[in-house]
Amino acid sequence: MASIIDIKDECSLHVRDFSFTYKGASAPSLKKVTMPIAKHSVTALIGPSGCGKTTLLRSFNRMHDLYPGNKYEGEIEFEGRNILDPKEDLIHLRTKIGMIFQKPTAFPMSIFDNVAYGMRLQGIKNKTELEGRVEKALQDAAIWKEVKDRLKHDANGLSGGQQQRLCIARAIAVEPEVLLFDEPTSALDPISTQGIERLVIELKERVSIIIVTHNMQQAARVSDYTGFMYLGDLIELGHTEELFVTPKEKLTQEYITGKFG
Amino acid sequence: MTATQKRIIINRIALGFSTLSAIIALAFLFWILGVLVMKGIHSISWNIFVFEGSPPGYEESGLKHALVGQLILVGLATLIGVPLGIMAGTYLSEYGKNSKLAHTIRDISDIMMSAPSIVIGAFVYAIVVMPMGHFSAWAGAIALAIIMIPIILRTTDDMLQLVPGTLREAAFALGAPKYKVIMNVVYRGAKAGILTGVLLGIARVGGETAPLLFTSFNDNFFTTDLNEAMPSLTVTMFNYAISPYDDWQQLGWAAAFILSMFILGLNIVGRLILLAGKRK
Amino acid sequence: MIDKIFLNMTRTSALLILFIVAWIFVVLFNHSTEAMQTFGFDFITKDEWAPNLEKFGAYAAIFGSVASTFLAMLLAIPVAIGVAIFLSEIAHDRIKGFFGVSVELLAAIPSVIYGMWGLFFFVPILRDIFGGMGIGLLAAGIVLAIMILPFMAAVTRDAMNTTPDILKESAYALGGTQWDVIKDVIIPYAKAGIIGSLILALGRAIGETMAVTFVMGNVHHTPSSIMDPTTSIPVTLANEFTEADSSLYFSSLFGLALTLLIMSFVVIAVAKFYFLRKGRKEQ
Ligand SMILES: Nc1ncnc2c1ncn2[C@@H]1O[C@H](COP(=O)(O)OP(=O)(O)OP(=O)(O)O)[C@@H](O)[C@H]1O
Ligand SMILES: [Mg+2]
Repeated sequence: MASIIDIKDECSLHVRDFSFTYKGASAPSLKKVTMPIAKHSVTALIGPSGCGKTTLLRSFNRMHDLYPGNKYEGEIEFEGRNILDPKEDLIHLRTKIGMIFQKPTAFPMSIFDNVAYGMRLQGIKNKTELEGRVEKALQDAAIWKEVKDRLKHDANGLSGGQQQRLCIARAIAVEPEVLLFDEPTSALDPISTQGIERLVIELKERVSIIIVTHNMQQAARVSDYTGFMYLGDLIELGHTEELFVTPKEKLTQEYITGKFG
Repeated sequence: MTATQKRIIINRIALGFSTLSAIIALAFLFWILGVLVMKGIHSISWNIFVFEGSPPGYEESGLKHALVGQLILVGLATLIGVPLGIMAGTYLSEYGKNSKLAHTIRDISDIMMSAPSIVIGAFVYAIVVMPMGHFSAWAGAIALAIIMIPIILRTTDDMLQLVPGTLREAAFALGAPKYKVIMNVVYRGAKAGILTGVLLGIARVGGETAPLLFTSFNDNFFTTDLNEAMPSLTVTMFNYAISPYDDWQQLGWAAAFILSMFILGLNIVGRLILLAGKRK
Repeated sequence: MIDKIFLNMTRTSALLILFIVAWIFVVLFNHSTEAMQTFGFDFITKDEWAPNLEKFGAYAAIFGSVASTFLAMLLAIPVAIGVAIFLSEIAHDRIKGFFGVSVELLAAIPSVIYGMWGLFFFVPILRDIFGGMGIGLLAAGIVLAIMILPFMAAVTRDAMNTTPDILKESAYALGGTQWDVIKDVIIPYAKAGIIGSLILALGRAIGETMAVTFVMGNVHHTPSSIMDPTTSIPVTLANEFTEADSSLYFSSLFGLALTLLIMSFVVIAVAKFYFLRKGRKEQ
């Protein structure tokens, strides 16, 4: 019954029959989701509150593993292997698949150290290399001009929008293949939101992006593909223009026309 | 070895040390608890509740005097400290709120909460024992009450602030005067929290020895005269423990056991009340 | 009418606490003037404490208080931080609950019991290992460390727990290990709270009487090694207050009490106002 388009282009991730159950929950929060994620494009996940968007997103970098007792079933294929395998190297996986959160999460350290953090974890110590890559990441995150004179300052002195871009810089500095965004603008003002949206579109040249959003206009503005989820099911996945204009499923249509949600 | 492998090894070592320190800490603490329980159960008998203190070597010696004295001292301290603490906390939460005076009182009271209790004993010695010319239960109870007030004040203040403002407004809208709103609405809403605070306050002063050493002092015999020196479990325990007599030391452990169970019990009940209140 | 009475009653009770604190300082000060006038600064710099000669120098007691507290801190801080990390980051839910509650309950056990355990069970071990009496600065430091550990671990854990989950998750999302997250995110984030908690524990330790009275020795003598018996301010007060037989002796004891009160007030005020101010609400 679900209507999932076949993506002709290369895919970076393949979700197959994926179910997820939280610890102690009686029913799974995701039920046999199957979904391709196209490479170098933006895939938006929409759907009413509690439908499982965040749960799906946090499965891609195995964030759920921080809290024991959750159960994964099925398969998520990435770089030719099933990353749900218990033997998967999570440290490596998370450097390949980065994440941006609902609220800015600047670490309690300087702006420079924030951006350098992931690279330092990987053992890069060379000062010139670090400086070069920090500058590049900040430029790519469109925040270099604002912070270049105060790299040594505490990152918590930045505004919310700046902090969120700093977090993006921090995530792209380690050159991941995929970036996950969970409602990255829900805590930001309209101007900062615009900046982040522009950034998302620019970044897809280099990474594949999955973005969860409550805002259908945002999904329409930034994404190439959109998935509509409902009660743990992926109801429909299609090209963004088609899904919003001519949805194939009745539920999708009801949702995008504001009948519920 | 790559940087990441190194990090993983460091991670293991660091977490191992942390777990190890937790195990060491727990081992020591359970050692103490174990000693307390073993010694306590070994020394406890019916005699303890029936007989008073007696010179070393007597069969018929017990802790009745200290048990009753302890109850009197803590009871008296509760009667003095709880109303004062609750009223002071009420002022802070309902009248003082964010005024400078209220914050000063909160800060000073917080510091008092951690002040050395033996100093409170010295203070009460100067203001009560010296004028009276002798030790007394009153002096001991006053010292304990002074220690208790900041604890009750703090929890009352915190718990009353948790009562939603809309509840107060609803009562005011019915035309109730402020004291009635506080008595009938605010106190009722914070009942569980205040009760927990009182129990924890009692538990805290119940274990105090230092402030009693030179206020209520000690006595090896049963007394209910508040104007006389009065035995307590804690001071009795201290005196018996440092005595060279085996049977007195045994009684000291029995006192330690009874007192600890009482204090742990109060703590557990206090927590349960708070939990039950939260669930509602 | 009743409203006014109620307001006045509660306000008086609240003001009473300020009054009591001021009163304590005044009373201790007044009673110690005789000693201060007699000895001046010698009171805190000389360590000859000879009641029969009417000579009272508090240096040994002050030194003993500071040294035993310092030793206790040295031993307790690393363990308490380890326990706090274990409780907030490593232990699984069930162990966390059981262990966390045990630690809090142990913090409630009367300190006199730690002292009794120290005297009967720990001092003999020290005696076997190091010879001598076993009683002294080291015994006091260790017993004090064990007594303060549960409180210290519990408040340090509470400070660490204020770190938002989302901040920790961000560090994991960059490929951090648990230890990376602890040292780079949690400890820097909760630094003020952690330091404040440790100092608060220090404030408690310095005024502690019963845990150390049994095991310190009560000898007015500045120790030359950590195995030497010595004394501290609370230990001196506990042992000698009821024995003082002259007004100068009493006055000197009140001087000790005042010194202790000032020391602990300063320490606790630093912890509260400098480090814990921000975290007040969450506490
Ligand atoms: N930690 C958890 N433990 C148990 N159940 C959870 C947990 N987190 C989420 N759930 C449940 O899983 C379902 C999906 O939640 P999820 O957070 O993925 O929704 P969402 O689509 O992101 O919603 P929102 O738009 O509100 O962010 C919900 O029914 C929720 O109640
Ligand atoms: Mg969500």
